Amino acid sequence: MTSIADDHQTDSVLAARADARAQAERTSEYMPYRPASSSPVVPQGVDRDALVWAETVAPGGYTHRIIARGTRLRLDDPTGNACAHVIVYNALETNERLNVADTIKIPWQAYLGVGHPLLSGDGRALATITADTSGRHDTFCGTSTDESTTAKYGSAAPEGPSPSGRSRFLLAAAKHGLTGRDLPPSVSFFQGVHVEADGGLSFLGSAGEGTHVELVAELPLLVLIVNVPHPLDPADDYLVGPLRVHAWPGEPTLPGNPQFTATPEVNRAYLNSIDYAEARGL
Amino acid sequence: MTITTHTVGDRVIETTVPVGAHYVEGTTLDPSGPLATGAIVLDEAVAPLAPWSARLTAGQTLTIVDVGGNQSADFLVYNAQDTDERYSTPDTLAWQKNAYLREGSILRSNLGRPLMTVTGNEIDRQDTIGGACSKESNTLRYGFHTEHQHGCRENFLAEAARHGLGARDLVSNINWFMNVPVEADGTLGIVDGMSAPGKRVALRAEMDVLVIVSNCPQMNNPCNDFNCTPLRMIVTAPTDGSDHA
Ligand SMILES: [Zn+2]
Repeated sequence: MTSIADDHQTDSVLAARADARAQAERTSEYMPYRPASSSPVVPQGVDRDALVWAETVAPGGYTHRIIARGTRLRLDDPTGNACAHVIVYNALETNERLNVADTIKIPWQAYLGVGHPLLSGDGRALATITADTSGRHDTFCGTSTDESTTAKYGSAAPEGPSPSGRSRFLLAAAKHGLTGRDLPPSVSFFQGVHVEADGGLSFLGSAGEGTHVELVAELPLLVLIVNVPHPLDPADDYLVGPLRVHAWPGEPTLPGNPQFTATPEVNRAYLNSIDYAEARGL
Repeated sequence: MTITTHTVGDRVIETTVPVGAHYVEGTTLDPSGPLATGAIVLDEAVAPLAPWSARLTAGQTLTIVDVGGNQSADFLVYNAQDTDERYSTPDTLAWQKNAYLREGSILRSNLGRPLMTVTGNEIDRQDTIGGACSKESNTLRYGFHTEHQHGCRENFLAEAARHGLGARDLVSNINWFMNVPVEADGTLGIVDGMSAPGKRVALRAEMDVLVIVSNCPQMNNPCNDFNCTPLRMIVTAPTDGSDHA
């Protein structure tokens, strides 16, 4: 094997510049699509020209974005092996953030599905799940740490073959001025966990290839997404699949939408979110 | 989705993570040794692509060995007692009236004070201009297909987080063993390096410092010879007692 240095002519600044510019037309399995309308994998039924965010997140990768109130965020698991670990924050005040305990306690429901809100600790809905063809999600196990990842895969180095979920969240958070204390427990999509009667946590895994989840932002959100194996994934190898992300503008959950009054608790969460949004002139 | 096999210690795992390339078989590696006298108090290899950090007390010397040759060691240094005081490129350059670092160069802080002194240097000149690579700037330099690749900013952020530091603590950095000429008309860029296996730089701490290094994973330009190799970090302490001054 020889170095690829021989393929590059970089002995002067102008040669190096030409060499760099010659790489521009390449593509990758894992990349952001800019403009978003250039996505090669627009979900069926989604208007390509309306897209504001489109990318394929690599196995072990992460992404992050601030999205407007009302934005629809769709996550696709094309292979059945993705695991989308998600934390959402009120983008205007990031100390308001996903509270997993409230997210399952307030709706009286442990398992995420259509109509389930992602609640903050401030009594407001940050997001609502508007579509779900997987039904395999988790609110109990959070994401992996360097400690758990090293124990399982032998290493958790950020540059290595098995990065941890927390280390990826840390990088995503850092790019918005946040640090480790800003990482609350996360939820994860596409790899299910079931709580047995004795409290045992059973890994259900994936519902198979080609499922998706869609959320709507009830407030302007900072969204952090990490694509690493679920902490209970029984595989010895680190075989997480790619994750697709698409987003486009829409409306938050407002009066007149059946979801608005779906339950008394979620109704009051939406009223709180709208109250906050209106006072801020959103 | 490509699956590759990696050996980590005694563990062999398969992974779908698109891990960056390491050096090819047959690459000449020269671990050399310290470029300062005194007792060795730390001697660590930094794997290709990996971050590293250490605290040095005043008087100790860090030798960085370019084990495989032309491997950029992206480097930041902070006052260990008060990290608001950190390496400053403009202070360092304006004080010495030169854009490159050589033996005798003083790495100055944003308060103008000496953090470290280059006490030994085995290549013609060391870079202060090129900054760190990142996923984000890779999209500008090479295209969106490189966004998922690991970069020095990822390493800096990951290592900084271990010391309670974050994005606002990252400043323009030094690149040991990287070659960035500035042409007469201002054209500048990273070109083939002038280093070689076993070449070294030695830095004496002038106060207690925190050093953060990224062993650059860049494979899109010649800053690592398109062949990412290890670095060796050796800290020596003077044995004559002058470290207690
Ligand atoms: Zn780099």
